[in-house]
Order: sequence, then C-alpha cells, then structure tokens
Amino acid sequence: MSAVSGPPAASGVAGFPFDTRARTDLRLRTVATARRVRDRFATVALCAALVVAAVPLVAVVVVLVAKGARWLGWDFFTSDIPRVTGRVAGACEGVDAALREKYGLTCGTPRPAMGPAILGTLLSTGLAALIAIPVGVAAAVYLNEIGRSSRTARAVRFLSDVMTGIPSIVMGLFVYTVWVVRFGTAGPSAFAAALALACLMLPIVVRGTEEVLRLVPDELRHANVALGGRGVHGVLRVVLPCALPGITTAALLAVARAAGETAPVLFTIGMTYSFNAAPWGPNTTLAQQIFEGAKSGDPLANRLAWSAALTLVVVVFSLSAAARFIANRYSTRLGG
Amino acid sequence: MAILPSTRPSETSVAAAIPSTYGVETGVAGTDNASDGQGTLHSTLPHQAQPGAGPDPVFEVRNLTVRYGSHVAVRDVSTEIARNEVTAVIGPSGCGKSTFLRCFNRMNDLVEGCRVEGTIAYHGVNVYDPAVPPVEVRRRIGMVFQKPTPFPRSIHHNVAYGLRLAGVRQGIDDLVETALRRAALWDEVKDRLNASALSLSGGQQQRLCIARAIAVEPEVLLMDEPCSALDPIATARIESLLEELKGRFSIVIVTHNMQQAARVSGRTMFFTTETDEHADRHVGVLVEHDTTERIFSNPRDERTENYVTGRFG
Repeated sequence: MSAVSGPPAASGVAGFPFDTRARTDLRLRTVATARRVRDRFATVALCAALVVAAVPLVAVVVVLVAKGARWLGWDFFTSDIPRVTGRVAGACEGVDAALREKYGLTCGTPRPAMGPAILGTLLSTGLAALIAIPVGVAAAVYLNEIGRSSRTARAVRFLSDVMTGIPSIVMGLFVYTVWVVRFGTAGPSAFAAALALACLMLPIVVRGTEEVLRLVPDELRHANVALGGRGVHGVLRVVLPCALPGITTAALLAVARAAGETAPVLFTIGMTYSFNAAPWGPNTTLAQQIFEGAKSGDPLANRLAWSAALTLVVVVFSLSAAARFIANRYSTRLGG
Repeated sequence: MAILPSTRPSETSVAAAIPSTYGVETGVAGTDNASDGQGTLHSTLPHQAQPGAGPDPVFEVRNLTVRYGSHVAVRDVSTEIARNEVTAVIGPSGCGKSTFLRCFNRMNDLVEGCRVEGTIAYHGVNVYDPAVPPVEVRRRIGMVFQKPTPFPRSIHHNVAYGLRLAGVRQGIDDLVETALRRAALWDEVKDRLNASALSLSGGQQQRLCIARAIAVEPEVLLMDEPCSALDPIATARIESLLEELKGRFSIVIVTHNMQQAARVSGRTMFFTTETDEHADRHVGVLVEHDTTERIFSNPRDERTENYVTGRFG
C-alpha cells in the first residue's frame, strides 16, 4: 500500500502499538471488536435496568391518579369523611325529587372527602417532628461533637441502629401499652400517635444528622477554636449552620416516612370522621383511612382509599419539595 | 557564646545586656548532637541552644518535647520568638514544624494522644500552665491555616466572628473594616460584605482568614504554610501583607518555600528530622535559629547549609 488514501477497509484490529500504519492514521479503528461489543452490551443492560426500575414507580403514580384523581376537589379537602356510605345511598331509592328536596335528603352517592384525615396526618406528623427533630439533632451533636468514640456514644449509636430496624408496629404497640392503655378513653389521640411516630423518626434523624455533621470539615471547627471559641460556639455558630441544609433533608426524610406510616397509628390514634384540630381526642390519618377503606367491601370506601392514597402521596411529595427548596435556597446563599 | 546582632538597630545597644539565662540554657541543653559539629563553634554551641530572638522575646520555649502517643514528634526544643518580627520555620517534611507551631496556641490539645512537655512562656506565664484556660491562649494568639478556612457565611460575619467571641458588641462594623483594610482586602470586598465568603478566590479567602485572625488584635500571629494552596500572585499579596503586619504583630510562619522564608522573615528556624535509635521513626529537632540572612548565607550547621543550598530535603 502506498500513501494513505482514506481509511483502509481493514477489518478487525489494526494493532496500534506495532502497526506503523495504525500509529499515524487516526481513522483506523484499533479498539478490539470484543471490547466494543462489551461496551455496547453494558450500555444496553444499564438502560434496561433503569427502565425496569422506573416501571413500578410510574405504574404507581398512573394507577393512583387514574383511580383517585376523579374525586379530588375542594370538598374533598374541606368536608368530613362520609360515614355510613351504603345507607345514605339506599335512603334515596324510590324517593322522588320533590320529596328529597322537601326533606333535605342527600341522595345518590355522597362525594368522598378526606379533610379530617389530612388534618390528622399533618397534626400527628407535625407533633412527632416537634418531638423527634430537636431530640434527634441534639443526640447527633452529642455523638459527633462530644462523645465521638466514647463508650456512651457507641452505645447510643448501636441502640439507634437497632431502633431503625424495629418494625413500626412495635412502636405502635409500645406507645399503646405505655400511654394509650394508661389513659383509657382519653388515650387515643394525635399526641399518642405522634409519640409512636417520633419513636420511628428518632433514629432516622439521629443517624442522618450525624452523617451530615461528619461532613462539616474539621478545619472549620479548628478555625473556631483558633479564634478562641469554645466547643459550644463551634456547634451553634459554625457546625450547625453549615450542616443545616443536610439536617433539613434528614429531618424531612424522617417526616415523610412518618407521614406515610400506618402501623404506629392504628392503635394509638383512635378513629374519627370529623375534624379534630386538637392533639387530644380521637383523630385519624390518611394512612389509617387507606387501611380502613381498602379492607372494606363498600365501593365508596374503596374509592375513598384511592383518593386518600393519592392525597397522601401529594402531601408527602409537597413536604419533600418544600424542604428541599428551603435547603437549596439556603445552601445557595452559603455558596454565594 | 555568640549573641547575634539584632535586626532592629535600636536593640543593638542592649545586646550586651543579654539575660544570663541564655548562658545557662546553652550550658544545660542537650549535647546529644555535638558530634556532628564540624568546627569548634558547633561543639561548644549545641544545636538547640542558640539564643533565638535577642532581648524581649514574645515566647520563651524551654525543653519542648511533643509526643503523639509513643512517637516523639519534636524533641527538646529551647528557643525564643522575637517580638514584632517575622520568624520563619523551615525544614523538610515531617520535621515537626507544624507541630511546633501548634504548640504556641495549644491547637495540639485537639489532637488525640498528643502530649506536650516543657514550657512555652508567654509574658512569663507558661501557656501549658494548668491554671491557663486554652481558650484564653487562643484569644491572644491568632492562627492562619494552610488551607483557607472561611466559615460558609458572609464576609462580614467571618471577620466579626472572633470579635463577637471576644465579647465585642459595639462598633463591630468599624473593627471589621479596620481588619479588612489591614489584610489588604477591603477594596475588593467593601461593596459585598454580605456576600458569602466562599464566593472569594483562594487568595482572597486566605486574606479574609488573616483579617479574621487580626481583628481581635492578637499579639502573635501563627501561620501554618499560609500560601501553600495559593498561586504565585496571591502568594505575593500575602507576602507583602506580612511586610505590613510585622510591625504590629509577632508572626511565626511555617513554610516549605525557602525563597518565601528568605523574602518575608527577619529570623529563621531550621528544623530537621533525626532517626530515633529505638524505633525507626523520625524525630523533629531544631537545628539552628538565627537571622534569616545568616541562615541563608552563612549557617553554623552543616545540615542547615545542605538544606538551604538544596543539597538535602
């Protein structure tokens, strides 16, 4: 072959290190075919895995919207939960329109509504957050800033890991035994549910916050010390402000987890169908309504459950989005 | 024994009135290294015993030994730190320069397993005296670290931080401005004091850290390789800043860069490593402390000469 004239039609590998022609001609393919095949195969496999992972996610959202969205409306959020569904529908059978008007009968299928459960979810989860987040963050500060590798710190860390693994229904039973039973009829309440949820959130907050605190560079702690600051200054004015976006995320994960929990709530919150904004007295949550509605044979109850499920997902999602937004804004400010 | 001429003319007249302790120290301090001295001067003047800083030193270091667990990092250093001068600490990696520096403001307290023996007298009081709270030491002795360590808050907040710790409540804005001006940063940041300190360049961040350290008017400023993370232009800025600061503060600067030591300092300490007989580990020792001019032109110790001429390290 004389001077290089276009890429040679050579198939396979040109053998770059030894083939002088390949060394100077960038158009020659010197990567082994097997390697290119492996590369292509890996790319396809990874994309396939992504699709497989995305299917259940998309499916859940699609089904939720399809089954639950049609009942959503202003009333859904503001009205009491319809209580005895079958009888209301039956009461109107054969009664003519004039009579219905006259006696003010609600006829046909009552529209599903979930107002009290939304309020109850926000109330119990909010109370749980108020309990678990300060305690959890304080514990994490102890673990990372003070205790470090002391025996107490290691014990707390171990217990908190164990707590993460405890099934949530055990938390419910625990609070049921030590709180609800003790106070009898006054026992079941949003506060009791909050206690159970707080037990659930605590280890998530502790370990999440500890991880974030560990990411705060020691240089900043040293800078505080070198300026004559005490440890407490370092924690309050340097470490916690730096870690705030991360702590928010950790707390948020815990809140989102708690908002969707059913088991800890079942024994502790009682049941109601009307609004209860107080931390005491029976209450209800979306998760509980989904549970009740799904196991009921009544079609309206089933529909209620779907709508409640969609609402719960939206509530949890907006909590996440809000906190993430706050965290991002804050960290952007820090980052300039 | 030889008393080195002070770099400050006003003190040459007092050179004769050197406190007698120097003589005592020279006689007492370790003679373990006398064998490597080449001339008579070396054998009579053990390597750690040269009077460091002339009269009125800001620190008097006596028999300072630092251990990390069982490992001796710095052995038996006795010297002084000159007041209102820049003292450079040079030496090869692992010779204990930073460890030595961090003894002055007790930053080594934060290192687990670190033990400090000997005394460092600051105005006659040992900074390691049990009655001295470390916090009080660090409020009087500022420090700038190798990497810039601004808090991820506003520029103003960074400088005001130390002031607030020191209990200053009024006139913070003025003090922040003064500190930033002294750190030659004011003109660059005066319009954006509330911007994040992280939006500054590396060199600006380091000057911010210097401003933060000097805002509380410490008497001493310790600098641990403050330019090693900076480009040459930022380094030049910091060096000219040191020139301006040295009349006001006593500065001790650890540096890997011998040219930098030669440029910025009036006095230089040379540390090196010796191999421990018992374990195969390196121990940092102070070889020589003298005027920078002498260290770089006519050092007493052969090891110093080898180092500064680039034959070693």
